[in-house]
Amino acid sequence: MTIAEHVSHRTQVSRRDFIVGSAAALGGFSLGFHVPFGREAAAQDAVREINAWVVVNPDDTVVIRIARSEMGQGTLTGLAQLVAEELECDWSKVTTEYPTPGQNLARNRVWGSFATGGSRGIRDSHEYVRKGGAAARQMLIQAAANAWNVPASECRAENSVITHIPTGRTTTFGKVAAAAARLEPPQDPPLKDPKDWKIAGKPLKRLDTAAKLTGKQVYGIDLKLPGMLNAAIKACPVFGGKVRRFDAAAVQNMPGVKRVVQVGDNAVAVVADTWWRAKTALDALPIEWDEGPNANVSSATIAEMLRAGLDADDAVVGNQRGDVRAALAAAAKRVEAVYSYPFQNHATMEPMNATAVWTPDRCEVWTPTQNGEAALAATAEAAGLPPSKCDVHKLHLGGGFGRRGAVHDWVHQVVAIAKQMPGTPVKLIWSREEDMLHGRYHPVTQCKLVGGLDAHGNLTALHMRISGQSIVAGIFPQNIQNGRDPVVFQGLNPGGAEAAFGYTIPNLLIDHAMRNTHVPPGFWRGVNLNHNAIYLECFMDELAHAAGVDPLEFRRRLMANHPRHLAVLNAVAERAGWGKPAPAGVHRGLAQIMGFGSYVAACAEVSVSDDGVLKIHRIVAATDPGHAVNPQQIEAQVEGSFVYGLSAALYGECTVANGRIEQENFDTYQVMRIDEMPAVETIVMPSGGFWGGVGEPTIAVAAPAVLNAIFAATGKRIRDLPLKNHDLRKA
Amino acid sequence: MARLNVNGSIVDVDVEPDTPLLWVLREQIGLTGTKYGCGIAQCGACTVHVDGVATRSCALPVSALTEDQKIVTIEGLSPDGSHPVQRAWAELDVPQCGYCQAGMIMAAAALLKDNPRPTDADIDVEITNICRCGTYNRVRAAIKLAANGGRTG
Ligand code: FES
Ligand code: FES
Repeated sequence: MTIAEHVSHRTQVSRRDFIVGSAAALGGFSLGFHVPFGREAAAQDAVREINAWVVVNPDDTVVIRIARSEMGQGTLTGLAQLVAEELECDWSKVTTEYPTPGQNLARNRVWGSFATGGSRGIRDSHEYVRKGGAAARQMLIQAAANAWNVPASECRAENSVITHIPTGRTTTFGKVAAAAARLEPPQDPPLKDPKDWKIAGKPLKRLDTAAKLTGKQVYGIDLKLPGMLNAAIKACPVFGGKVRRFDAAAVQNMPGVKRVVQVGDNAVAVVADTWWRAKTALDALPIEWDEGPNANVSSATIAEMLRAGLDADDAVVGNQRGDVRAALAAAAKRVEAVYSYPFQNHATMEPMNATAVWTPDRCEVWTPTQNGEAALAATAEAAGLPPSKCDVHKLHLGGGFGRRGAVHDWVHQVVAIAKQMPGTPVKLIWSREEDMLHGRYHPVTQCKLVGGLDAHGNLTALHMRISGQSIVAGIFPQNIQNGRDPVVFQGLNPGGAEAAFGYTIPNLLIDHAMRNTHVPPGFWRGVNLNHNAIYLECFMDELAHAAGVDPLEFRRRLMANHPRHLAVLNAVAERAGWGKPAPAGVHRGLAQIMGFGSYVAACAEVSVSDDGVLKIHRIVAATDPGHAVNPQQIEAQVEGSFVYGLSAALYGECTVANGRIEQENFDTYQVMRIDEMPAVETIVMPSGGFWGGVGEPTIAVAAPAVLNAIFAATGKRIRDLPLKNHDLRKA
Repeated sequence: MARLNVNGSIVDVDVEPDTPLLWVLREQIGLTGTKYGCGIAQCGACTVHVDGVATRSCALPVSALTEDQKIVTIEGLSPDGSHPVQRAWAELDVPQCGYCQAGMIMAAAALLKDNPRPTDADIDVEITNICRCGTYNRVRAAIKLAANGGRTG
């Protein structure tokens, strides 16, 4: 029995049963949940699957399999473009589907990694997915050549049509697919030169738009299985606390309530016929918490711990050159500043959710996840079953931003609930409040920077000491080596293809004193690059000012050995008109950094009114991602990243009191809305020869460019975020 | 019990009177295009039309509605996704994750009905929905495109 057959067999549901009946009667759409590789599909796929990546149907439609998750970033379309490019198929006939992580396991990881984070969706898999497309094309051509009894070298494929060049005979992919599927796949097929691309590299529209305009798109939160119950959950609001007791009898008779269950040692869930009834009962449920050892921790105590790290001896070096201490001592002028960056919640629009069915020999989960394989591992662990007896069905994500990738706490919870109700599908939805209180937060750090200038205003020495949380220590402690978390130095590394420092400073020391808190950290879109870019690029601005040198010129002097960093900086400066007069009252600020394999820069234009109201008018952004698979989607990612980065800069702050996060919803955790959105001009300048990401890097330059522009406007240096805590009226 | 007029049909639902319209739409009626984002009228993901007015359904108990009030959800905005706002959204490839977009589209459709040629300032005031993916500039451009009968410029 195949995995999908097993699902439908055991849960006694057929595909037809997934239809939500009443919706159609009201002019709504049937929410048909498609289990990829259903029983009949599996039988046919055995014939039509050219290889793991490509299925060709007799009617010439092509199904491209996508292992990475779509969460809005456009990776689904971009990866399909890359496969289709090599396949030479008709783009208008392309659809996509997700294989399940269980299938990946059963097929010896034929689809590679499912991880979708670190802006890696395309850059880590472009080569093997393109090879999948190229191999399928070769097999289809070979099948046609065999049928015609001619050499394959005389045949060519284009737009899903195969032509025998000497005779002009043609056939289509669909007609030869079955024969092609039986051929031996070629090893290591050659790939096209990107300059010959016709589908990849083009600003094509997304494949997944239509259903998002009509309410048809099924997100995890929308899933409905026959006989399904709904669960609402509350975990101890103090991280590390536990459930002491709860009074189930008090809510047992409330409408719709089926069960009240403890989940692990720290949470309680109410299971009811509908989620609203589950939540209503949960709100009425008396729960007593054992808040544990962290109940007195506050933002102030955390800040104090971090501050102590700024001058501590236990630091790990990330980047070093020359003798920074001696050079600072000899400097004509010393500049010193301390910056800090708060906890922030991902606040995906769709809160965490998952649906599970558990029986003693099988566990299935349906969930929006950035990493299907990690979700499968979480499922198996929570189910007490081997991964081969579990599977995860990925649903469309209502945002990810890193929250749905490395840690699958909500999957553990839903399986723990389902395990207490064998055979019954249970959907767990976190309320927004639960989502805010149980995030995996952007790490908190502080940074002390000391710079030395010579008599000519040149930067001779820079010491950058970061004190604070390590995400890796919080999530993958096994990856900490000799106390070193490499991710901490994003954008500050001495070299490498991922996130290299873009300045040559004769005496340099960048080090990290790790100071972890009980508030769990997570990979938050942009990760450590966000605060590192603020620290570095705002301080560069401070140094330029202290040196009496134009901030662009000051940077350029240090960037001769970093041509790609310099190129994006020059591009934004030129487009924004740096050095030329700005409109009255408008001031500019610059920032650049490298991260996730791409070089990015921004120039922000802001004004600050007499009563301190900030307006961000325009941001010019440049990105060099090496190759650009879909330029219009890159533009969308740059704009979106600015909303994320500027929301963080303007409002983003989770404070801690009595061991718990204080912000429970969007009323106290404000984000940017349309009225604050600046015009964004995106320069996509792929220089070739490498593959960088685009979902995250530009976030990091939004805040420092704006902060530097605010300084230009007001003379005020903002060194701790968010801006809402500051009075921007001119001093 | 409540009797509602949803997308042109009368429907009886058996719910507690304080149940928010959002959850009645999603759970009793099965119209899941309307989304939950905050539950406190902050984000707009749950926006529907009540007698043509953009309304945040998460903060509206069903007991406050009568069967005379016409509720339209994203599923009822047009039979086939052909409302001018939906067409403009498709033309400009507005959605990213898409989760907020039903609410955005309903808010935009209500705005254009009352104000066929909104200025930037009108859009700033009327479109207060949250989009965490950051589609705001395309939302603005698509509203203008729809206002202009699908023509750019
Ligand atoms: S869910 Fe109603 S406004 Fe957010
Ligand atoms: S498109 Fe994702 S929240 Fe708006």
